Amino acid sequence: MIDSLADPLLRVENLVRRFGGILATDNLSLDVAPGELHAIIGPNGAGKTTLISQLTGQVMPNSGAIHFAGRNVTHLPSYKRSRLGLARSFQITSLLPDFSACDNVALAAQAHDGHSFRFWGAARKEPGLRNAAQAALKRVGLEKRADVPVSELSHGEQRELELAVALATKPQLLLLDEPMAGLGVTESARMVALLKELRREVTIVLVEHDMEAVFALADRITVLVYGRVIASGLPDAIRNNDEVKRAYLGDQHAVTSHA
Amino acid sequence: MNFSFNARNVVVALVVLGLSLLPVYSALSGNIFILTLFTRIVIFALAAASLNLIMGYGGMMSFGHAAYLGIGGYAVGILAFEGIGSGFIQWPVAVAASALYGLVIGALSLRTRGVYFIMITLAFAQMAFYIASGLSRYGGDDGLTIYKRSDFGGLINLSNRVQFYYLCLGCLFGGIYLIWRIVNSRFGMVVQGIRSNEQRMQAIGYHANRYRLVCFVISGMICGLAGALLANNTDFISPAGMYWTRSGELMVMVVFGGMGSLFGPVIGTIVFLLLEEVLSQFTEYWALIMGPLLLLIVLFARGGIMGLLGRMSRD
Repeated sequence: MIDSLADPLLRVENLVRRFGGILATDNLSLDVAPGELHAIIGPNGAGKTTLISQLTGQVMPNSGAIHFAGRNVTHLPSYKRSRLGLARSFQITSLLPDFSACDNVALAAQAHDGHSFRFWGAARKEPGLRNAAQAALKRVGLEKRADVPVSELSHGEQRELELAVALATKPQLLLLDEPMAGLGVTESARMVALLKELRREVTIVLVEHDMEAVFALADRITVLVYGRVIASGLPDAIRNNDEVKRAYLGDQHAVTSHA
Repeated sequence: MNFSFNARNVVVALVVLGLSLLPVYSALSGNIFILTLFTRIVIFALAAASLNLIMGYGGMMSFGHAAYLGIGGYAVGILAFEGIGSGFIQWPVAVAASALYGLVIGALSLRTRGVYFIMITLAFAQMAFYIASGLSRYGGDDGLTIYKRSDFGGLINLSNRVQFYYLCLGCLFGGIYLIWRIVNSRFGMVVQGIRSNEQRMQAIGYHANRYRLVCFVISGMICGLAGALLANNTDFISPAGMYWTRSGELMVMVVFGGMGSLFGPVIGTIVFLLLEEVLSQFTEYWALIMGPLLLLIVLFARGGIMGLLGRMSRD
């Protein structure tokens, strides 16, 4: 069962989302404490991405509530949540393909630097935005690829850029939807190292299939199956939870082999 | 570095030079027709440039841009008819009326995307067309003759062909400069970002439709100005000028020249209207040649003529 946290950064209460006859999110409750790295795992189709999309406002829940930093954000559109400090990365890379890496990050920084109804000055020549972008690119190790168009970046670099874009919005809470998806072994290891550094600075909700990464990084783990939370707790408790083992069946040893 | 010596920049420089010196050629050769033709071309280039702002940079395929030509034109025509001849009143009214139309139409149309957006902008423009046809006081279907061009005191005489041409050219270059500043500004970056990936832009904190709408309105205002110029050029305004085929022609001009390229619409307009002029001398079925040409450009030259030139200079 979920431990009730005194002052969670994110509190999800009885969230329900239906798609036609399918319950993608089934009365789901979840607390994320400030500073923790909270991993969400579950078999394919467990509703992990749907949950993340509801947290950021791309998908609206049918019922239930989402509180972020003490505010009810359940009905807030995504751009407003972003301004409150909620940032996400996308499972399927979602960048601006016609722009350079630096432009992508600079636009994220710009979004959090007042309104953008400024029609005259050249945005690409603003040192404030460029420096912020360079800093975020450096954070993920892409500083040398700043001027390369996104369409010419490798898949791994695009995943890192996703992270840089999210970081440039100076989030309080970072929602990462499978940041390791499609990465090779070395790239994955780099991403894990990067997340290990980031977790000290920002609260993270991590959705990931890579169990090795999850157990290496997570402070707490929540397991979803068919949109329901079947277990939530410390990594050791999750690893030894019978219901979790049963839910994973084929993937069983994926959970246990790292014991 | 921005003005490196490549085919594209050479063509743009030649076009700017040619347009600037055209009245000189016209005076020396005694060819008045060419000045009349190019006045029309310059005005339509401004309209196409305004459409390019939303189509090329903003990703909004408006199929109703001729409405602004009509609104700008009717603002001039109606005010002239009612005895208000000053351009200092007529033109701001033309631009303001276009802004208002853009604001209302944009707010409604931008709830939709893709084909629906195209159809809804078309529908509104056709509504504007029928409203204009119903203005019986101002000529209804037959249109309205403008007996006196906009009066700017002693500043400039619009009835003088050369002065009027340079005024139109000034508006075109001014409009393109304005669009250039906008496109590279913070606002322009956001609008282009939304064209590229709307969901991403929302997720990093932008209210996409608000930026889209403002861009839509700016584009309409520039096109409204072109409408005011056009009414002065033809001394006449009628609903026919805002029929949907006119909107289609503007789109073709933009696609010909190259969507999302600053000077593309100018090149596209020159090519389109010159072709129309030349081909229509041979056959009244000139569209039969223009059509396949457009098809070729769409199929083999994404980015239009400017795109082709850009590729040439890279090879």
